[in-house]
Amino acid sequence: MSTDAVAAIPGDTLRERVVDDLRAAIGDALLDSFVRPGDDVWVRVRTDAWRSAGLALRTLGFDYFCFLSAIDWMPSPFGKGEDDPTAPAPERDDTIAQGYAGGDTRLQVLARLVHPALHVGVNVKCDVPDTDPVVESWISVFAGANWHERETHEMFGIGFAGHPDLRNMYLPSDFEGHPLRKDFPLLARIVKPWPGIVDVEPLPGGSDDEEGDAE
Amino acid sequence: MTSTESLIDRRQLSYIAAQAADARLNVELETEGMTLNIGPQHPATHGTLRIIARLDGEQVVWAEPSCGYMHRGYEKLTEVRTYPQVTALVNRIDWLGSFANEVPFILAAEKLMEIEAPPRAQWIRTILFELSRIANVSLFLGDLGVQLGAITPVFMAFRDREYVLNLIEGATGGRFHPNFDRIGGLKDDLPAGFVDETRVVMKKLRNFCDEMERLLFGNEIFQSRTRGIGVIPKDVAMQYGLSGANLRASGVDWDLRRDQTLPMAWNKVDWKVWTHPDGDSFARCWVRLQEVRESTRIVDQLLDAIPTGPVMAKVPRIIKVPEGEAWVSTENPLGEMGYYLVSKGDLGPFRTKIRSASFNNISIVPWVLKGVYVPDIITILASLYFILGDIDR
Repeated sequence: MSTDAVAAIPGDTLRERVVDDLRAAIGDALLDSFVRPGDDVWVRVRTDAWRSAGLALRTLGFDYFCFLSAIDWMPSPFGKGEDDPTAPAPERDDTIAQGYAGGDTRLQVLARLVHPALHVGVNVKCDVPDTDPVVESWISVFAGANWHERETHEMFGIGFAGHPDLRNMYLPSDFEGHPLRKDFPLLARIVKPWPGIVDVEPLPGGSDDEEGDAE
Repeated sequence: MTSTESLIDRRQLSYIAAQAADARLNVELETEGMTLNIGPQHPATHGTLRIIARLDGEQVVWAEPSCGYMHRGYEKLTEVRTYPQVTALVNRIDWLGSFANEVPFILAAEKLMEIEAPPRAQWIRTILFELSRIANVSLFLGDLGVQLGAITPVFMAFRDREYVLNLIEGATGGRFHPNFDRIGGLKDDLPAGFVDETRVVMKKLRNFCDEMERLLFGNEIFQSRTRGIGVIPKDVAMQYGLSGANLRASGVDWDLRRDQTLPMAWNKVDWKVWTHPDGDSFARCWVRLQEVRESTRIVDQLLDAIPTGPVMAKVPRIIKVPEGEAWVSTENPLGEMGYYLVSKGDLGPFRTKIRSASFNNISIVPWVLKGVYVPDIITILASLYFILGDIDR
């Protein structure tokens, strides 16, 4: 595909073609996709095809490794940590709703690869089962995934099969819990009330502001 | 004949003996290897980074940076803040170019809200963005001298960076942490006299670059300490996700200011993306020097044509970002800085993945330090240029 040919394709066609190319490469391992025209591409692949999807994308020319992380889709049981500790716990919506390209599990791995010539990025997601939160490591595909997988392992408790060294990067090695999971409380908010609760202070002399009112 | 033969014999014998002596000497000098700790407190690390290097003699056989001395958990903290409050946090990621950290976050939120800052705000954002790049990278150029034992450049860098910080302070009220960018525009307009002042400072900064070029880049010691040292080939740089000057120094023509359409003013002016084919420490430093020059050119051109109008779009007083996911990254002083923002239509982000440049840039250290000599560790680290707040977040 020459650069001139690419320039002639409008943005969304180009991005849809990326999805088509990936589907041709990995078949039904591509579960879902979402294209926001002129902006970005999201694809979700089967958990057991995580590594082969990375490999397929690299073969398609997406050889710039941007980042790898995870998302915990469970709403936080602590809200924003602004509850009154003396009052009874408030009712919270605990339905898990995944974002673009759908999903079935609470935890999802998310990575982003970029095509250096087309300047198109792909956000790749895959479900991580709750019972056995392990996906294949991307180290053999992108060497730079090493540290990102260590960070994700530490922060979300997701294992990466084939990673040589999943030591903690930030926390002490005997730390318990995975801080970026939603059910891990932010202790600073629990031991001391957050002073920034009042975000919008009323203007002097101004009337009561309605939510969504234009300034 | 006999005498000649014996002569050859003796020569051969002495040669063999010399070889054996050499070998024995080498056997005796072979060391067990030692582990060298650099940091957490070391002048070569901007912050607290510890590098553990296993040495064989003077050569590194294995090296690993140990991070986490400065982890502040911003990704978790953003989940309990409102959108306008987050800029105060992300300011502190790369603290030498703070304003540049705010921009991609604000752009990501604006993308989800489908609003765009007015042209004047875009222009001023770009100017302040480039000023933070100049403040950041000029300190790098000065610091580079210190790593190699030259003291003078760092004083010059601190002196000239001060002019830029004064400008940023004049416009935003904060020298290091402006917290000036708002969803929909900027907190305020430029102060009176900013344009003229900035032109003078840009001239000073160009002189600073010339001085640095003569003082450092033409210096024989500097060249011999950096040329051919710490070479990172193109494909390795791509695999590790290196960005910014580190990637361009490996010959990759990639600059997010030029290569993507953002509501910023970079594509309105004429400037050049500098690359270097060598991929060594010298190339990385050289590309950064050129970038400061280009930045002064960008700022100068932008000053000529700041559009008039408001600096703030119409936004609700209480900002709720619609449900969705967005990724925005910009070419920050250290490299690609991006935010993956997940919103649930709430007052604050549901999840923010902060992709900081230094984290990727420094993850190549175990690879690039393998086999180098101990004094080169410092120059390679200096040329990779990282900020601890940008690694640990």
